[in-house]
Amino acid sequence: MSNVQSSPLEELLDGQTPIVNDFQIMIATVNGSGSQTANTVLLRAMFRMGIPVSGKNIFPSNIQGLPTWYTIRVSKDGYIARREDYNILVAMNRDTIGEDIKYLAPGGICFYPEEWKIREDRDDIVYYAMPVKALVKEAAPDTPSKLVDYVANMVYVGAMTTILNISLDEIAFGLDYHFGGKEKPINMNMAVVRAAYEWAQDNLPKRDPFTVEPMDKTEGMLLLDGNSAGALGSVFGGVQMIAWYPITPSTSMVDAARDYLSKLRQDPETGQATYAVVQAEDEIGAIGMVIGAGWAGARAMTSTSGPGVSLMTEFAGLAYYAEVPAVIWNVQRMGPSTGLPTRTAQGDILSTYFLGHGDTRHIMLFPRDVFEAFECGWKAFDLAERLQTLIFVMSDLELGMNAWMSPPFEYPEVPMDRGKVLDANAVEAAGRFARYEDPDGDGIGYRTLPGTDHPLAGYFARGTGHNPQAVYSERPDDWVENMERLARKFETTRDMVPQPVIDTMDEAEIGIIAYGTTDACVFEARDQLLAEDVKTDYLRLRALPLNDTTRSFIEQHDRVYVVENNFDGQMASIIQMEYPELATRIISLAHSDGLPLAATWLTGAVLEQEQ
Amino acid sequence: MGARVNSLNLSRNDYKALPTTLCKGCGHNSISNQIIAVAYELSLNQHDVIKLSGIGCSSKSPAYFLGRSHGFNALHGRMPAIATGATTVNRNLIAVGVSGDGDTGSIGLGQFKHMVRRNVPVVYIVENNGVYGLTKGQFSATADMGQQLKYAGVNELPPIDICLEALAADASFVARSFAGDAKQVRELLKAAISHKGTAVLDIISPCVTFNNHHTSTKSYDYGKEHQEVLQDLTYIPEYDPILIEEQEPGQVQTVELHDGSHLMLRKLDPEKHDPTDKLAAFRRLEEARLDGQFITGLIYVDEERPTLAETSHLIETPLVHLAEDKLRPPREALEKINNRLACCD
Repeated sequence: MSNVQSSPLEELLDGQTPIVNDFQIMIATVNGSGSQTANTVLLRAMFRMGIPVSGKNIFPSNIQGLPTWYTIRVSKDGYIARREDYNILVAMNRDTIGEDIKYLAPGGICFYPEEWKIREDRDDIVYYAMPVKALVKEAAPDTPSKLVDYVANMVYVGAMTTILNISLDEIAFGLDYHFGGKEKPINMNMAVVRAAYEWAQDNLPKRDPFTVEPMDKTEGMLLLDGNSAGALGSVFGGVQMIAWYPITPSTSMVDAARDYLSKLRQDPETGQATYAVVQAEDEIGAIGMVIGAGWAGARAMTSTSGPGVSLMTEFAGLAYYAEVPAVIWNVQRMGPSTGLPTRTAQGDILSTYFLGHGDTRHIMLFPRDVFEAFECGWKAFDLAERLQTLIFVMSDLELGMNAWMSPPFEYPEVPMDRGKVLDANAVEAAGRFARYEDPDGDGIGYRTLPGTDHPLAGYFARGTGHNPQAVYSERPDDWVENMERLARKFETTRDMVPQPVIDTMDEAEIGIIAYGTTDACVFEARDQLLAEDVKTDYLRLRALPLNDTTRSFIEQHDRVYVVENNFDGQMASIIQMEYPELATRIISLAHSDGLPLAATWLTGAVLEQEQ
Repeated sequence: MGARVNSLNLSRNDYKALPTTLCKGCGHNSISNQIIAVAYELSLNQHDVIKLSGIGCSSKSPAYFLGRSHGFNALHGRMPAIATGATTVNRNLIAVGVSGDGDTGSIGLGQFKHMVRRNVPVVYIVENNGVYGLTKGQFSATADMGQQLKYAGVNELPPIDICLEALAADASFVARSFAGDAKQVRELLKAAISHKGTAVLDIISPCVTFNNHHTSTKSYDYGKEHQEVLQDLTYIPEYDPILIEEQEPGQVQTVELHDGSHLMLRKLDPEKHDPTDKLAAFRRLEEARLDGQFITGLIYVDEERPTLAETSHLIETPLVHLAEDKLRPPREALEKINNRLACCD
């Protein structure tokens, strides 16, 4: 027996096999320092090596100077939820380095700039000091001073490439992709990466167990953020008008849409646009333009977040009642009020469901990832025009602004569904027209579009009480009849919206219901619970309103956990309201702290109830 | 002898709609009648017209004219947004918007100015009576300073001048009239319909119930006494042979409108006002305001300012007429994007 006392680190690492493709990296930087390039290049390189990855940006509401963090999760098992711990820290922000190191998991590693001369006072982690300034000076001496901080980030890219055994070729590819083949920035950045890589090869003996190895789990997959995917889906849905007002975290959706539209939707003969994008004076203007366009027969959409949706409330009530199709993307962020504009939440479920005054209920879609964001992009228009109402696509910052892996997007296999629209010939054949009748019994009337060349085609759309002929009416029976028809329409939508997805385990006694981006957390937590011998069935909601699938799922389980990223358990409330006789089976597991839900939280919360 | 008809073989009655529910003698009804008359005289296809409004007495009136047109009664002060959306996706539509002084001057001032700034193609009529009628007599933002109302007491604040606001927002067409001057309203309406961008038509339209006190500048009595007519307007469509007869060299100013028709201004005093001179427009409005008068006629026009559709570089075909193959990019386009995003192209 040796008398030499080993350090905690040596004990941790003693005899430990390498940790391959299963860790989380935390990159702490200063906002505005250009670290996003470095981070996405790292992410893409590992993705190209066939390893499942996810990247999440935790950033401040600020342009320059405040701390920002980027996490890259590397998971051989394909888990993409946020992990609560992190194993690898890249400490590039002097203001936060103390806290950042404090929360690094034992056995983890910390990269930091050598010139800061920090005290390496934790004995259970590995420190790698990098000569950042010297390497930049040596590798890119001609870098303009304003870009020095920017290329300095390439030092950690190079050092990590060596330590984690990332493919240098893939890093080079990532830079090429990022800069769209522009040689100057590619070469400037790559020179620093290479210098740091070589310096680490020569000077940084590996003292940690973390490494990456090529896999084949991302073949054919793509990497994109949800805002871009939703925008692309909307373009393939034939969007004709976008009106919007900038608001984090939805802004990049319209940016992406403009970009795609300018490439895909110019008239080949004239070069003119077959779409319009109008930046409105506020969200009220934006939704008004969208409703005007929808009423006139166009596929129109806006993209916003909670505060913007609040401003759209009155128009949402009008569109519901006048029955005008349009699509609203709510890329949710933290509230109430200004809240945390750059953090994620599922906090607008209740308010959006009932948005308006009087009796309103809206249709909501819940994409869980970029694949579904693309799908919602085009499908929402079909639903809006078929159902002649607003469709809310409930994304969130986590989906909208972070990088997600996805199978290739699928081209819509069905033609665009323009809904029940009568042209002049149809009006002529009918010999009459009444906008708000229900000839098919599904609650959906037939509409005509402005410009229809027939004396009977016109009608007066209004938010005021109206009879089936769209004429102003204060008669109680007209009002009731109209509301009953709207209720009938809502019943029709139940089976028309995307249906829940159910995944079961043998002999599971408890159920889990989740929706949207919390799926990633549930997916991982179910495996963790299974390891604890707790079997679960899982129903993922893809839309509101609910239908009988959800009712029978609840009926089949004594306890159903409704998991969501908000404080009040908003979806749990809606489910209890819809099925009061099943309300006692519902257990709300709601958590909201600005970050995407972590599986360990959910596993712990369920175990606490079950044991 | 049959009823008189226009070139579409329609009678004036064919341009009517539901009977008005506004107060008897309301200036708004007179304006509705002039819209009917003008649409009939110009042989407008009613299906090419959309009638838009906000909320208030004025905004009810689109139900009382052009019964075959589509209409949209929007929210209080938010008609400009509806107009922007509808006219952007269908360039063929002629939008006739009816608003009031509360709708435009208070709750909707922001939307109004941004619509004007974008030069959205809409005939934007403000039926201006300086009072909230539907809520029974509160002052609006265009009410006169010092005015007294039974319900609201004394108005201590200066009025907002719709025409000045429009000019400041770079309006391309600003006119003012008086509901009691049927002929001038008709002529300005015709000019406004021919204008390619936003045509702001501020029509003093007295409220017979709540604001027809003779001390109000928005009363009939005051209007008739204080109206200062800027020009006699004669709108002559180019196919109309009367054109030649009316022309008098040296006394007629011609403004060419985008559709090739001409607006002829016969100035009472040629030195008095040039409607293409924006500074003069500002000055005359301000002078009239200080004098407690309102000038009527075409105050400012700029036919060159591009419309929203033009600055958006829209295709000539209305967007709503584009078929699916023009709207949904082909399968190969998505494949290319998929490959690019998978970084294996």
